[in-house]
Amino acid sequence: MASEPTRGHAGVEIRLEGLSRRYGPVVALNDLNLTMAPGELVALLGPSGCGKTTALRLVAGLEEANGGRVVFGGNDVTGLPANKRDVGMVFQAYSLFPHMTAMQNVAFGLQLRHKTSDERRRRAGEMLELVGLSGFADRYASQLSGGQQQRVALARALAIEPTILLLDEPLSALDAKVRSRLRDEIRRVQLDVGITTLFVTHDQEEALAIADRVGVMQSGHLEQLGPPTEVYSRPATPFVAEFVGLTNRMPGVVKDGVVDVRGTKLPVVQADAPDGPAIALVRPEAVSLTADGESEGSALVGTVIAVSFLGATSRVTVDLGGITVLAQMPTSQASEHPAGTKVRLVLRPDPVLIQREEAAPVTS
Amino acid sequence: MSAAGNPALNTAARPAGGGRRLSLSWIGVVPFFLYVGLFLLLPTAIIVVGSFTAPKGGLSLTNFGGIDKPYIVKAFTLSLSVSAVSAVAGALLGALLAYAVVTGNPTGLLRRSIMSASGVLAQFGGVALAFAFIATISTVGFVYIFLKDHGIDVYAKGVWFYEAPGITLVYLYFQIPLMVLVFLPALDGIRPQWREATQSLGGSTWHYWRHVAGPLLAPAFLGCTLLLFANAFSAYATVAALLTNGGVYLPLQIQALLTGETEQSQPGLAQALALTMILIVVVVMTLYTLLLRRTTRWLR
Amino acid sequence: MNRAQRLKLRIFRTVVLLGMGAFFLLPIGAMLEFSTRGNSVNAPRTLEAWSQIAQTPGLVKGIVISLQLAVITSIGMLLLLVPTMVWVRLRLPQVSRIVEFICLMPLTVPAIALVVGLRPIYIWVNINVTPSVLALGLAYLILVLPYSYRAIDAGLAAIDLRTLSEAGRSLGAGWGIVMWRIVIPNMPGAILNASLLSVALVLGEYTVANLLNFQNLQVEVAYVGLTNAGTSIAVAVGALLLAFVLLMVLTLVGGRLQQQSYVPGQRA
Repeated sequence: MASEPTRGHAGVEIRLEGLSRRYGPVVALNDLNLTMAPGELVALLGPSGCGKTTALRLVAGLEEANGGRVVFGGNDVTGLPANKRDVGMVFQAYSLFPHMTAMQNVAFGLQLRHKTSDERRRRAGEMLELVGLSGFADRYASQLSGGQQQRVALARALAIEPTILLLDEPLSALDAKVRSRLRDEIRRVQLDVGITTLFVTHDQEEALAIADRVGVMQSGHLEQLGPPTEVYSRPATPFVAEFVGLTNRMPGVVKDGVVDVRGTKLPVVQADAPDGPAIALVRPEAVSLTADGESEGSALVGTVIAVSFLGATSRVTVDLGGITVLAQMPTSQASEHPAGTKVRLVLRPDPVLIQREEAAPVTS
Repeated sequence: MSAAGNPALNTAARPAGGGRRLSLSWIGVVPFFLYVGLFLLLPTAIIVVGSFTAPKGGLSLTNFGGIDKPYIVKAFTLSLSVSAVSAVAGALLGALLAYAVVTGNPTGLLRRSIMSASGVLAQFGGVALAFAFIATISTVGFVYIFLKDHGIDVYAKGVWFYEAPGITLVYLYFQIPLMVLVFLPALDGIRPQWREATQSLGGSTWHYWRHVAGPLLAPAFLGCTLLLFANAFSAYATVAALLTNGGVYLPLQIQALLTGETEQSQPGLAQALALTMILIVVVVMTLYTLLLRRTTRWLR
Repeated sequence: MNRAQRLKLRIFRTVVLLGMGAFFLLPIGAMLEFSTRGNSVNAPRTLEAWSQIAQTPGLVKGIVISLQLAVITSIGMLLLLVPTMVWVRLRLPQVSRIVEFICLMPLTVPAIALVVGLRPIYIWVNINVTPSVLALGLAYLILVLPYSYRAIDAGLAAIDLRTLSEAGRSLGAGWGIVMWRIVIPNMPGAILNASLLSVALVLGEYTVANLLNFQNLQVEVAYVGLTNAGTSIAVAVGALLLAFVLLMVLTLVGGRLQQQSYVPGQRA
C-alpha cells in the first residue's frame, strides 16, 4: 500500500509499574500502575496538580522517578535519559523551533538519527501530508496558526517512528472550535499510525471523546481507569462523579443500601454505605420534569428559574427550595417548562453514589 | 506596529472639520520639537556643517584631510580596539552571568538584586569608575599591593594599567552589567519545551546548543555585542579621568582640539572627528536594531 | 534534567557568581580601603580623607549643584516628555515613529560628539540668557531622553491609555485633568523609573560639564583627585554607595508600585 511507509511500527505494550515521584515533601505521583495495550490511546484526566503531567514526563524520561519502572514492550527504560527512549512528544504550545521551517522541524529528529537528506525530506513530506499541511512546509512557526503549529508538532513527534506518543495537553492553548477539530484529527492520525498513545488533559470532554480508556487522577493516584462510557455512567468514586460531567448534589438519608431523596428512593452504589444523612450524586440526565407541579405533597416540586439552550438538548435549572437542581433533556421537552413554571422532578431509579455529609463545624 | 497604529489614526482623523482639529493636534507636540530642535538637531547640524566648512569658510573636505595625521590614526586605532575587545569580552562574560541568572529562581532575591545592581553598574562610568580601579589595581592599588606582597607582580612587564589593557579592564565594569541587562530578555525567551523537544527527538545537550539554542541566540548575542561596542566607543569620562595627562585616545583628541590653547584649537577637525564617531555609532546601532528585530520575532 | 547535569549546572553557577561577585565588589572594597589609608606606610586607618570632604568648598558646591541639576532635569524631562508622549499616542499616532527616533537619537550621538555641537549654542546662552551652571540642565535633558523615553513608553504601553482618556473625557474631564488625575496616577512606576534614571545620569555626568567648562560634582571630584586622591575617592565611593542603596531600594519599591497600579487592592 502507498501509505505503508508512513505507518510507525505496530503499537507496543507500555507498562508503568508502581511509579512514584516526590518533590521534597510533596508527593506528586504515588504508586501509579498502568498497562497500555499496543495501539491503545489512554487519556489521563484530572485537575491541575493531580500528577498526570508528572506521569507523562516520567514516561518521557524528562524527570527521574523516585520509585517504580517504565517498560516499553518488555524493555525496562526506567534508567534511560529522554534522548535514548524513542518517545514522540507533543507539548502544550510553542514547542516548534522558531528558526526552522515546518519541514525542518519535522526533519530535525531524523537529522539527529543521521538519515540522508533525501530520506529526511521524503519522510518529513509524508508526515506533513499525514497531518494535512503539505502546502505549509516552508512556513515558520510565526506564520502558522496555533492549530497548525500543533499539527506540525504532531508530525515532528511521529517522524522518528517513536515507541510511544505522548500528548501533554496539546489542545489547551487553542480556541474551542479548532480544539474539537484537531482532537478528532489527532485520533485519526493515531489510529492510522497505530501507535500506543498517552494523552494528558484536564478537559473531561476531550478525554471522553478521544480515548480508548480514561484514567481519572487525583492527588497523585488513579481514582478510576476504564472506557469513557463506564467512567461517565458508573463513576467509581464521588470525585470521579463530580469531575467527569455535571452532577447534582442532593441531600438524602441512607437506610439499608437505599438513599431517600425527598421521598424518592434510589439504590446506593457503595455496598458499605452506613445509614444516616448523606449527599446523593445525581446526573442531570437522570432528572426529568413533569408539568403537574400543582399536585401538593411531593417534596420534589419546584420552580423553573432558568433554561439554557445547548443545541439538541437544553439544561433546566429548578429551584427546589433550598437547593437548585439541574435537569438535562431534549430541547423539545424543555420548551414545555419555561422559566417561572411549577414542575415536579422525577429521578431515574439508577444506582447513585453517595457522599457523607460534611461534618458540621464544631464550635467550642 | 501598523495594526495598532491604524485604528488610532482613523480616530484622530474622524471628527468633523478634521482639517481644523488636525492642525490643533499639532500644537501639542510643538514644545517637544522646539526643544529637541534647539538642543539636539541644531548641535548635530552644527557638527555636520562645521565638518564640511573650511577654516576660512566655504564648502570643503579640508577638515577630513586632518584625519590621516599619525596621532589621529593612532587615537582611532586605540579607541576602536579597546571598544572591540571590551565589547567581545564583556559580551562573553555578561552572557555567562546572564545564563547563571536565568537558570536560577525567576522571582528569587538573587535575580532581582543582580538585575538592580546591573542597572546601576551599567550606568556607572566616568570619574568614580576610574578612581575605583586606581584604588584597586594601579601601582598604589589594594589588589596590586596585596598580590605583590605575595610574590605576584602584575606589572612585571611594565605598567599596562594606563594603556589599552587597563582601559579595557575598567570598561568591563560597565560592559558586563550592560550585557546582562540587554541579553537576559533573549535568554528568557528560550522556552524549556525546546530543550525537552530536542531531548525527546533523540538530541543530546550538545545537539541542543548546536542546532537549537545556539542559532536562536546568535543574532541576539551579536546584536548585544554591537551595542556594547557602541557603548564603549562613545565613552569619554572614564578614560579622561584615567589618563589625566591626556593621551592618544579619540575622545581626548577631540577635547584637546576643541578646548586647547589657540594654536592647538582646531574646531573644524574636532567637528570632523565628532561626525566620524557619530557615523560609526550610527552604523553599529543600525546593525544592532536589525539583529534585535530578528531576535524578537523568534524569542518573544 | 538528570542528576549529573544538575550538579554541573550548580558548579557552573557557583563559579560564575563568585567570580563576578569578586570582580564587582573588589573595586568598591578597594575604594573604601584607599580612602581610609593613613599618611605613611604603616600608619593606622584614619577617616581623615572623609572628614576633608566637608572642608573642601569645591566639593560641597559641586554636590549642591549636581543635586539641583538632577531635580531640574527630572522635572523638565517629565514636563516635556509625558504630555508629548500621551498626546502623540492619543492624537498624533502618525508622528510616534519620529518622536521615538528623536528620543533614541542621543544613543547614537556620543556625548563627546554632541558637546562639539553644543559649544557654540552654550556660548550664546551664556552671553544672552544666563551664565549659570544650572543651564547645563538644558543639555542634560537631551542626554536622559532615551532612558526616560523607554521607561515612560513601557508605562504607557501597560495601560489602556485610549480607553482611560476617553472614559475621562466622556465624564467631562479636560486634557489637563486627564493627564494629572488619570494618566499619571496609573503609571507611578514608570514615572519613578524615568526620574531615577535621570537623577543617576545627571549625578554621574562629567563629559558635557567638563567640555563646557562648568564645575559640577564629577568635575570637582576629578579636580580634587589631582591633589588629594584619598578625599576624592571617598566622595566617589560615598556617592556610589548612596546611589546603590537608593536605586536598589527604589527599584524594589518601584516594582511594587508597578504591580499595584495593575491590580489595585491586591496588597492590603
